[in-house]
Amino acid sequence: MRKLLLIGIKDLTLVFRDRAALTFMLLAPFLLTIGLGLVTGRFSGGASGLSDIPVIIVNLDDEQLGDALVEVFSSEELADLMEPTASSDPEAARRLIDEDEAAAVVIIPEGFTRSIIPADGTAFDQNYVETESVKIEVYTNPSRPTSSGIVKAIVDEFVSRVEEGRTSGMTSLALLIESGLIAPQDIETESNGLFQNVETTESTAITLKTNQQGAEAVDFDILAYIAPGMALLFLMYTVSYGGRSILAERSQGTLPRLLISPTSNVQVLGGKVLGIFFIGVAQVGILILASSIFFRVDWGDTSGLVVLILATVFGATGWGMLITALARTPSQVGTIGSAIMLIFGILGGSFIQLDQMPPLVRTLSRITPNAWGLDGFTTLALGGTLSNLLEPITALLTMGGILFGVAVVLFNRKGIVQK
Amino acid sequence: MPSILEVQNLVKQYGDFTAVKGISFDIKEGEIFSLLGPNGAGKTTTISMLSTLYTPTSGDATIGGHSVTKDPMAVKQVIGVVPQDLALYEDLTARENLIFWGQMYGLGGKSLTSRVDEVLEQIGLTDKAKNRVKTYSGGMKRRVNIGVGLLHKPRLLFMDEPTVGIDPQSRRAILDTVKDLNKRGMTLLYTTHYMEEAQELSDRVGIIDHGELIALGTQAELTKQVGQTDTLILHVGENDDPEMLAQSLKGLKGVQHAEVSDHSVAIVTPSAEEILAAVVSKANERGIKIRTMEIREPNLEAVFLHLTARALRD
Repeated sequence: MRKLLLIGIKDLTLVFRDRAALTFMLLAPFLLTIGLGLVTGRFSGGASGLSDIPVIIVNLDDEQLGDALVEVFSSEELADLMEPTASSDPEAARRLIDEDEAAAVVIIPEGFTRSIIPADGTAFDQNYVETESVKIEVYTNPSRPTSSGIVKAIVDEFVSRVEEGRTSGMTSLALLIESGLIAPQDIETESNGLFQNVETTESTAITLKTNQQGAEAVDFDILAYIAPGMALLFLMYTVSYGGRSILAERSQGTLPRLLISPTSNVQVLGGKVLGIFFIGVAQVGILILASSIFFRVDWGDTSGLVVLILATVFGATGWGMLITALARTPSQVGTIGSAIMLIFGILGGSFIQLDQMPPLVRTLSRITPNAWGLDGFTTLALGGTLSNLLEPITALLTMGGILFGVAVVLFNRKGIVQK
Repeated sequence: MPSILEVQNLVKQYGDFTAVKGISFDIKEGEIFSLLGPNGAGKTTTISMLSTLYTPTSGDATIGGHSVTKDPMAVKQVIGVVPQDLALYEDLTARENLIFWGQMYGLGGKSLTSRVDEVLEQIGLTDKAKNRVKTYSGGMKRRVNIGVGLLHKPRLLFMDEPTVGIDPQSRRAILDTVKDLNKRGMTLLYTTHYMEEAQELSDRVGIIDHGELIALGTQAELTKQVGQTDTLILHVGENDDPEMLAQSLKGLKGVQHAEVSDHSVAIVTPSAEEILAAVVSKANERGIKIRTMEIREPNLEAVFLHLTARALRD
C-alpha cells in the first residue's frame, strides 16, 4: 500500500508542476463557470443567482391538490425564485411559452385531485372504479433550460410527495382497519385527513431536500449547477490525462524501470490509478471549494459533499482506465479522452440540463459520471444530505468498479504493463 | 571466483522473429563483463530478460542464486539497472527522483536520505540536486540515470549502452564511474556497440550478433581466437601512386596482402615492426613519399569483422 501511495503522490506532484495541465484542469473550468454565470445573469442578480422565474400556472383541477400546488408556487419561501401567473387557458399559456414570455407552464388537469383522492363515499366502495391517472403537464421553454428545469423539479417533488403520501396513507389505513383501530365507517374522515396535510403544509413538497433543522425554502443557485457541471466536464479530461500518463511512462522508460524495481505489477498499476484518483479529487475539490469561496455557493452537508466528490472521481477514473486500456499510444488516449469529455459533457448535462433532453438522451446519460455527479451536487445545493445521495453514489461506485474490472482484463490481455 | 549470474539457453521470440537465440554465459563476482554487438543484436532484450522485465520464451538465468523466471522479486533485490534510455521524471529534481526511486527499492527514513546524499556526491550533482532534471544537460541526466541504479547498492549492475548520444567529456566521466564502481567491488554487465569501451572496461567480453553469442572470453583470448595479423597503413602524398607502391610490396617477405585505398596502402602482415624498414626502403626506391604510418594491432573490431564479415558500426 505504501508504494501505491508513493506512486500516486508522485503523479499528483508532477501534475501540479505541469502548467499546461493545471490551466486545463483548473483555470479553464473556473473561467467557464464565470462565463456561464455571467451569461445566466447569476452575477447581476444578487447572491441567489436565478430569481423571479416567470411561470404560468393553469389550475383546471380546482380541488385540494391542485390548489396546494398553486400555493407552493405562490409561497413565501419561493417568492424570490418564482414569479407565478395564473391562467385558465392552457393553449394561451403554451403560446406565451412559445413566444418566450415565461420559463414554463404548469397545467394541472381537471380531476388531478380525484385521481389521487377518491371522492367521499367511494374509497372503499366495492363498485368503485379507479380513475385513470391524471398527470400534471409542465410545458417548458427550451431556451430557458435551467429555469424551466427548476420549475419541473418543483412539480416533480410535489407529485412525488403526494404519491408518497397516498401510498403510505392507504397502507396505514388498511393496517388500521385490519388491526381494528379504526372502524370502516371512519375511513372517509381519516383518508381525507391524510391529504388535508398536503394542502395545509404546501411547502413540504419543496422543502423535502432542505436541511434537517429547517423548513427553509429551496433557493437554487444556478452556479450550483454550472460549477460542478464544468468541474465534471474537465474531470473527464483529467482522468484521460492520467490514463495517458501510464502509456507515456511506458514510452519514457519510467514504467519499465518501475517494473524492474521490487514493485509488483499490481502495485504499479494501482499506484497509477491512485494517482489519477488523487488528481481528480484535487481538481474537483479545488473547483468546488472555489465555487464556495468566490461564488458563495452553499454546498450544505460537508460529509455528503466529500463522499460525492470521491465517488464521482472514482466513477470517472474507471472511464479513464478503460480509455487507457483501449488505446495503444498516449496520443490515442488524448484523442479518445477529448471526444469522451465532450460527449459526456453533452450527455451528462454539463452544458444543458438533462431535464431538457429527450428521454433517450436522459437514459444514455446514466452511463456518464457527469449525470450522476450533477444529480448529487444539485441535491446537495437544494439542501440534501448524504442520505439523499445514496442513488448517485451507488451508481458511481458501481460504474467505477465495473470499468476497473474491464480495464484490468484488457490490460492483462494486451500486456500493457509487462511484455 | 563464484558466478553471480549464470545464463542458460535464454531465448526470446516475438512471433516468427527470434530476438535472442539461446545464449549462455556467466559472470563472475567482481568482474566487468561486456556484451558487445551492433544495434539490434539482442543486447537490450537480453538485459530486459535478466532484469525480469521480459519473460524469456525459454531458458533461464540465475542471479545471486535466484531464478529470473521463478523468483523475480528476489532477483530485483540483487540487481540494479541503468537503462539505455533516460528513465527519469524530468519535472522532479535530481534529489526527488533519487528519493522516489529509493523508495521503490524499499529504502526510507534516514538511510534513504544519507544514501541519496552519497549517490549525489558519487555522480557529482550535489550542487545541482535541487534543480529539476529537465534543466540538466544530457550528460548530467545520464549521471542521474546511473545514480538511480546505484541507490540500493546492488551486487550486480546492468548498464545498457549508458554512453549513447552524449559528449566525450560525459562519456569519459561515465567510463571512470564504471571503473570506480568495479573497484569498490560491484559486478557489472555492460552492453555497448563501442569496441573501445568494451576494450577499456572489460575483464571478459561476449560478442553478440543477430541474437547469438558468437564469441566469449577475455580480450586476449578473443583476438587469439581470430589469429589476426597486424595491419600497417601507409598514407602517401597526393601526387604519389599508391598502386605502384602496393605492387612493389607484394613480393616482399612478411607481406601477406597489400590493398590500395584512396591515398593509402594497407599491408597485412604477421608483424608490422619486422617489415617496417623494408617497406620504407621500397617506397624510397620508387620515389614515393610516405607522409604518415599507423600500425593496427588485433582488436575486438577485427574479431567482430572476422566472425561476421561486417564492421561493428553496421
